[in-house]
Amino acid sequence: MSAKPLAPAIDGWHTMDMHQPHLIGTRCIDCGTYFFPKQSSYCRNPACDSTDFEEVELSRTGTIWSYTNACYKPPEPFVAADPFEPYAIAAVQLEQEQMVVLGQVVAGVGVEDLKVGMPMELVLETLYEDEEDTKVTWKWKPRSASGAK
Amino acid sequence: MSQEIAILGAGMHPWGKWGKYFVEYGVAAAREALADSGVPWQDVRFVSGAATIRCGYPGYVAGATFAQALGWQGAEVNTSYAACASGSQALAAARTKILSGACDVALVVGADTTPKGFLAPAKGYRPEDPDWVRFYLGVTNPTYFGLYARRRMDLYGDTLEDFAAVKVKNAAIGSKNPRARYQKCFTTEEVAASAMVADPLRLMDICATSDGGAALIVSSVEYAKKIGKGDAPRIAAISTVTPTFASGVVEMPDIATDSAAAAGIEASSYRSSIPLKAYEEAGIGPEDISLAEVYDLSTALELDWIEDLRLAPRGEAAQLLRNGDTSVGGKIPVNASGGLACFGEAVPAQALSQVCELTWQLRGQAGERQVEGARVGITANQGLFGHGSSVIVKR
Repeated sequence: MSAKPLAPAIDGWHTMDMHQPHLIGTRCIDCGTYFFPKQSSYCRNPACDSTDFEEVELSRTGTIWSYTNACYKPPEPFVAADPFEPYAIAAVQLEQEQMVVLGQVVAGVGVEDLKVGMPMELVLETLYEDEEDTKVTWKWKPRSASGAK
Repeated sequence: MSQEIAILGAGMHPWGKWGKYFVEYGVAAAREALADSGVPWQDVRFVSGAATIRCGYPGYVAGATFAQALGWQGAEVNTSYAACASGSQALAAARTKILSGACDVALVVGADTTPKGFLAPAKGYRPEDPDWVRFYLGVTNPTYFGLYARRRMDLYGDTLEDFAAVKVKNAAIGSKNPRARYQKCFTTEEVAASAMVADPLRLMDICATSDGGAALIVSSVEYAKKIGKGDAPRIAAISTVTPTFASGVVEMPDIATDSAAAAGIEASSYRSSIPLKAYEEAGIGPEDISLAEVYDLSTALELDWIEDLRLAPRGEAAQLLRNGDTSVGGKIPVNASGGLACFGEAVPAQALSQVCELTWQLRGQAGERQVEGARVGITANQGLFGHGSSVIVKR
């Protein structure tokens, strides 16, 4: 583990609670639509013209809508480890928010370990390191394997 | 009364990795379309170009660029940018101009020279741009194709062999298309032996990016009759509608879907919205379709499109494929051109190349690829940011 301080890969998109992190979204005060990434100046529900939003922490658990992996190094702005380590990606459905959020799956869990409908939870893990910080981002992790890490 | 326009000419520069300036491809395609139509260049009064954007460069003013290359002759120009649907939007602009009576004949043209490998976003730190965010987090175009493909497997029981069979089918027919980039037959085993890119999709399940150009000469029906081409294929519909809120299908380049938490939300994804509008506009239904050209960005996506076009009930496209119904000679041939599998994507030209193929098929000029008795064809394509299109051509 690097001794560099932890910093979010994108500021303000999730809490920095390393045990029970949440994505930070917004919710329309008028119609209740959730937004991630945050949306705070206009509501995208065509039946709503609200300009009032509250910042909310999104559910940190959901179920897999679908999943895949990345076997090849993505182009910039992705910062890849050298050598590149393939990773799985999950699209996870959040029940209360009725939305699907993409994210990498934690290291060590491959597509062979995943299935549509599987319960997942949100964790923080390293995306890459730069000269000052270890940049962390949200990743999905099977709930059956929770507790460790 | 008629909302139709006639297709007088079609032309394409062969797809490949030629590395030339994109204007050369567009000019070659436009010249072929003009020759095919018999209309003198000087008589074209509207030039509608499909543009592309690459590597942060804000694009070329495509309509004017092509008009200049073909020789300024005082026509009005237009440029459309809508990612992969650019060609359809350029075509829609020409149709509007013709139907409003502002011109009789228009040239619609798109061409591209593509970089190698993944299509990548502009540089910088731009978390407000969803296309930047998803690449930063490691989500590429094949990621989305992989998600859709895996969902078909888990929900409908599609297999890797089904996906490979799409490639084998498209490669077999595309090998007979002199304009295709890849004119080689492949076996299921060869697909299975290619490298995994985005599980369950392998390299040969995913389309490449190519150089190419495509053009159409379109006119009012009255003009077509006047020059003795009253029986030319006609464009009966161009649909470029958006999805409706809140689509639960995660689409490029978004990292999350809309939320359907508000009351009274009835969503439809844009892949299912676009063909409905096209059918409605043309006044026909899926049962009238002779052949379809769909955007097989991946093999599995061809199966999704078949269902979105209502050519098979949801979840049953693979059965159609297994029956041989989607091959040329089958009940409803899909991608008789060879599709993106054989062409690779040349973004601003692709939607037009689909219409070129339908034009030749409906005229009975598709040679070994000919779909017997083709009367009505439909296209479907999709791009970034909710841009997609569907065009219906009929005889």
